[in-house]
Amino acid sequence: MDFATILQLLDSTVRSATPLLLACLAGLYSERSGIFDIGLEGKMLISAFFSASVAAFTGNVWIGLLAGIAASMVFAALHGLASITFRGNQLISGVAINFLAAGMTVVLGDSWFQLGGRTPQLVGDGRFRDITLPFAEAIADVPLVGPIYSDLISGHSILVYMAFFFVPLTWWVLYRTRFGLRLRAVGENPAAVDTAGISVVRARYSAVLICGVLTGIAGAYLATSLAAGFNKDMSAGRGFIALAALIFAKWRPWYALYASLLFGLLDAVGARYQNIAIGEFVIPVQFMQALPYILTVVILAGFVGKAIPPRAGGEPYVKER
Amino acid sequence: MDKMPRWADVALIPFINLVLALAVSALVVLYIGESPVEALQVMIRGSVGSAYGWGFTLYYATNFIFTGLGVAVAFHARMFNIGGEGQAALGGLGVAMVSLYIPWPHWSLALLGATIGAAIFGAAWAAIPAYLQAKRGSHIVITTIMFNFIASALLVYLLVNVFRVPGNMAPETARFAEGARLPNAYDVAPWLGFSRSTPLNVSFFVAVAACIGVWLMIWRTRLGYEIRAYGFSEPGAVYAGINPVRIIMISMLVSGGLSGLMAINSVMGEAERLVIDPVQGAGFVGIAVALMGRSHPVGVFLAALLFGMLYQGGAELEFEMPAVSREMLLVIQALVILFTGALDNMVRTPVARVFLSLRRERA
Repeated sequence: MDFATILQLLDSTVRSATPLLLACLAGLYSERSGIFDIGLEGKMLISAFFSASVAAFTGNVWIGLLAGIAASMVFAALHGLASITFRGNQLISGVAINFLAAGMTVVLGDSWFQLGGRTPQLVGDGRFRDITLPFAEAIADVPLVGPIYSDLISGHSILVYMAFFFVPLTWWVLYRTRFGLRLRAVGENPAAVDTAGISVVRARYSAVLICGVLTGIAGAYLATSLAAGFNKDMSAGRGFIALAALIFAKWRPWYALYASLLFGLLDAVGARYQNIAIGEFVIPVQFMQALPYILTVVILAGFVGKAIPPRAGGEPYVKER
Repeated sequence: MDKMPRWADVALIPFINLVLALAVSALVVLYIGESPVEALQVMIRGSVGSAYGWGFTLYYATNFIFTGLGVAVAFHARMFNIGGEGQAALGGLGVAMVSLYIPWPHWSLALLGATIGAAIFGAAWAAIPAYLQAKRGSHIVITTIMFNFIASALLVYLLVNVFRVPGNMAPETARFAEGARLPNAYDVAPWLGFSRSTPLNVSFFVAVAACIGVWLMIWRTRLGYEIRAYGFSEPGAVYAGINPVRIIMISMLVSGGLSGLMAINSVMGEAERLVIDPVQGAGFVGIAVALMGRSHPVGVFLAALLFGMLYQGGAELEFEMPAVSREMLLVIQALVILFTGALDNMVRTPVARVFLSLRRERA
């Protein structure tokens, strides 16, 4: 494997990792506040659909992005309504949201465009273009550093850079702001937060809505940057891989980045090589596809570094009377 | 707990939930520009208006009874087994191996063998998440989701590399031998007007038997009592000397086994070969069915029938109203799960208040 191949592989790793990272950080906010979210997949999907549809109608991808975020936030609010206000089962609500997105996108898409659930191809300003960073051309010929900068770091859409910027931002919000302290506290011990006179409901709704914004960006990235339009079920289980990455990262922002990159790399390798032969032994492509899930189960089992979820996760908070 | 009479809990609230779900679905149909009333008529006529429709409705219902019972048994131990999809796929593998490698002299023996194979494979696929939950405290919901994906990858690998018939491009097993062919409704009762190719087959009776079996197990055995006690209060159950590891393992194995049994209907009874996605989402429908049926076998049976009607009616709807796509089914299913499962308190609290004030007036 030569340098150029490795670079290409890493480039597609970044592309595959971006939606995972966004969704993973989204889940991080929600679950750190004590709201389990297995509806990441559905929120990504509904955002992908609305961002592509609105971008197709208006020809402006930024309006598409906003529409995608709005749609994803509506679903997030629904999840909040079910799991915070009505104290329902958060897992069941997540399942419902996934199905609602899978159904609504095709039903509405069929009705609006009559393309069998697809949206029209996005062209021109309907898509996010790849950005060439400054000096990318100039230093492209410098050995080693040049290709890494101009091929790997430069030449992605704005959403990719946003996703990577959200990692330190999330770290800062969670560990260096009052809001972040409260958010982590409602996920561990909501009664204590309530005693301190802080609204548990408000903290949790904020977290769930931030989750909606981030899954919204993730969905828009899928439909308007990675692809040129919406396809039926285009999130293709990424929301669940993001969930796996979140557990793998033990609900921490920097680890979320590493986990997303690892799973992105697995995806890139799986897409590039059908079967990998190591000597006599052949690793089938299906094994590569299943590897993120297998790794997550291993981590969950606690044989290699135990992943402990936020303590109040999944429990609706009932105020003491 | 006795805020309202029992009939309100088991019948009125699910009914209101269902009405809400259908009302929102009707709004969606209206938005698309079709008449919801007409759509409902098409669906009812298509699903129960003819022997042809009944054949499909009951075939789908058979699938959903198995997966619904699977989810329900786990619910009784307060566990959310979301892995019915993977367990049913593995059940399909069990059925395929039993049907392909053993020369069955008669279908009744084949059915018995396939039932055992499906149950063992389904239970085995639930065993690892169950063990991890019981011994290591790994969240069963996450592990079962992961196992769904692992099952689908495993099945694709096996169908492409192991079971595929040489020379056949399609990743599927060979057709099962004649001895493993289950009689369908036409063979059993041709006078009812079923067509020769109806998918409804004798597995329906196995599903009914499974309902009775689950009812006996949950409400008439010591084990069932322990499962319910554990689901009601874990500390209480432990205090009473109930072993949580044993309860988690047994209830999940039964749950996985029941989901696996779905394959005798879909793989052995209908397709007569194992294809790449033998479950087609029925594992997830099981969640909606168990929620609607309040985890009771009678409720599960009725809810499965309802979803069978929805699935068959939805297929007819797509045929007669092309503007309404088949995915409308997913929307209805999602809304049923949402209203009966997640937003249950939205209906329950006001209804309980009404009953409370009625009681106060009487007093």
